[in-house]
Amino acid sequence: MSGYLAGIIAILSINVIFAYGIFLAVASGQLNLGGAGFQAVGAYAAGWLSANLGLPVALTLLAGAVVAGLVGVALAFPILRTRGVYLVLATFAFAEVVAGLILNTDALGGAMGMSVPGYVEWQVPMIGAVVVALLVFYLMTTRFGLTMRAIHDDEDVSDLMGVSIRNVKVAAFGVGAALAGLSGAFYAHNFGYIEAQGFNAMVSIYVLLYVLLGGTQTAWGPLVGAAFFTLLPEILREVLPAAKEVVVTLFGGVPDGSRPDESWRFVILGVLAVAFMAIRPEGLITRTMVERLSFRRRTAPGMKEATE
Amino acid sequence: MSGPILKLENLSKAFGAVQVIDDVSFEVPRGARMALIGPNGAGKTTIFNLMSGTYAPDRGRVIFDGRDITDLPSRKRIGLGLARSFQNIRLMPHLSVVENVMLGQQSRAGSLGAMLSPLGARSRWRRQAEALLADMNIDTYPGEVVATLPYGIRKKIEVVRALAAQPKLLMLDEPAAGLNPSETAALRDFLVQISEGGTTILIVEHDMGLVRSLCDRAVVLNFGRLIYDGSTRDVQKDPQVLEAYLGSRHAGEGVHA
Repeated sequence: MSGYLAGIIAILSINVIFAYGIFLAVASGQLNLGGAGFQAVGAYAAGWLSANLGLPVALTLLAGAVVAGLVGVALAFPILRTRGVYLVLATFAFAEVVAGLILNTDALGGAMGMSVPGYVEWQVPMIGAVVVALLVFYLMTTRFGLTMRAIHDDEDVSDLMGVSIRNVKVAAFGVGAALAGLSGAFYAHNFGYIEAQGFNAMVSIYVLLYVLLGGTQTAWGPLVGAAFFTLLPEILREVLPAAKEVVVTLFGGVPDGSRPDESWRFVILGVLAVAFMAIRPEGLITRTMVERLSFRRRTAPGMKEATE
Repeated sequence: MSGPILKLENLSKAFGAVQVIDDVSFEVPRGARMALIGPNGAGKTTIFNLMSGTYAPDRGRVIFDGRDITDLPSRKRIGLGLARSFQNIRLMPHLSVVENVMLGQQSRAGSLGAMLSPLGARSRWRRQAEALLADMNIDTYPGEVVATLPYGIRKKIEVVRALAAQPKLLMLDEPAAGLNPSETAALRDFLVQISEGGTTILIVEHDMGLVRSLCDRAVVLNFGRLIYDGSTRDVQKDPQVLEAYLGSRHAGEGVHA
């Protein structure tokens, strides 16, 4: 397999795990814009344990998830009191604090970054992504998943139905933070080098976009969202030069064979993001869509007979 | 256990300077079908919110099944057997019909084991919910997302969701609002069926036809005060009730509704 393809599969797997981490928070009604913070905690926990204590990769990956999960639970309690835009701001501020702490901590390499031993090939994050996807799909079929979605729809009624809002929200936020941390640990070991700039605000925004544009109602959403937005820039890299020739010819010019400016990829990405929001405000994959696709299989004969 | 299922003792609640509930006391006998009526703004829904714990009363106590629940957190009340529906439909729009009903079972399924076991087709919770929907003759759309269903059906599903908690007392806030006469008649039979299963019903309703044919007892509120507590048969002869609905000038003329 070419290095290019291996790199894409690795980054796709990491993004899918990362997106599922944010999805769990968002699906329970908590917009988490601090994704990069949790990813950084996981990456640095794994990197530090690997570089300084020489722990095996299996352990540092686990540690990255556990440390980020604990930080997530600790943050979830004060965050319970905030809602809407304040919750977004609180999580965003958390990520900035994490980046600031890393930049000012010599033991973590400060602004210089940190080399991480214990390289893992693309297969490892890929297996991780499959396991995480299965886990989240499973969670969404349980009563825990049901209560998460109920809280997302109507917190007050969920409370009156006997749902412990606090427990469900903290658990969803904490497990989500652990998954984001796991994605960071995979990143650290796959790239071999981490720095605070790698976990900036854009990273938090992108991962939230994967989730919101993919859809927050089913576990398919973050998978499709992360895949689409990870692969699209790569596809555009191939398609853009040809597209430029078509456009130039249309306007009567002569193609000179030069590559279009790189920033065009981001323009197209931005236009698509806006278009998604306008056309499918509840995300690309919605509950009704999954329902419709699987309806014929699940409807037993006679079930639709009127009983009114 | 004997004694009333629910007892409100001297409940008062003010929002700012407005005294919404003023020293209200009444009892709901076990197994009764009781109506809570009154003009708009009389405080009927506030009484429901005080009972279910959405608001805390300024004064007074709520005794449910012999236990003082005045300070019990709202989420724990449904587990004791106090379930309600809402005036404006408050089903979870993104959940399917059967999922909404399964949410109603939450008070019986809050343990860690129950939270983490899947609710697939073979789960006993899903089968229970489907059986309950079938009992109530609304098993037409179990897998469909609630947001797309007709109003009358959604109203009924909300009652079934409350029933899924296996409550001792079912509180219904205007279940017939917005229903046509045949839907209302169907709702009445549905509620009689529930009542015959042993569930006490307390209903807030403006449709006096439904109240008279369903309920044996009624309490009437006006401006936050209790003005009548007695049989439904005589409620429309009571001068205070007439005055509350029609104003003092017309009170003597009687009602021929």
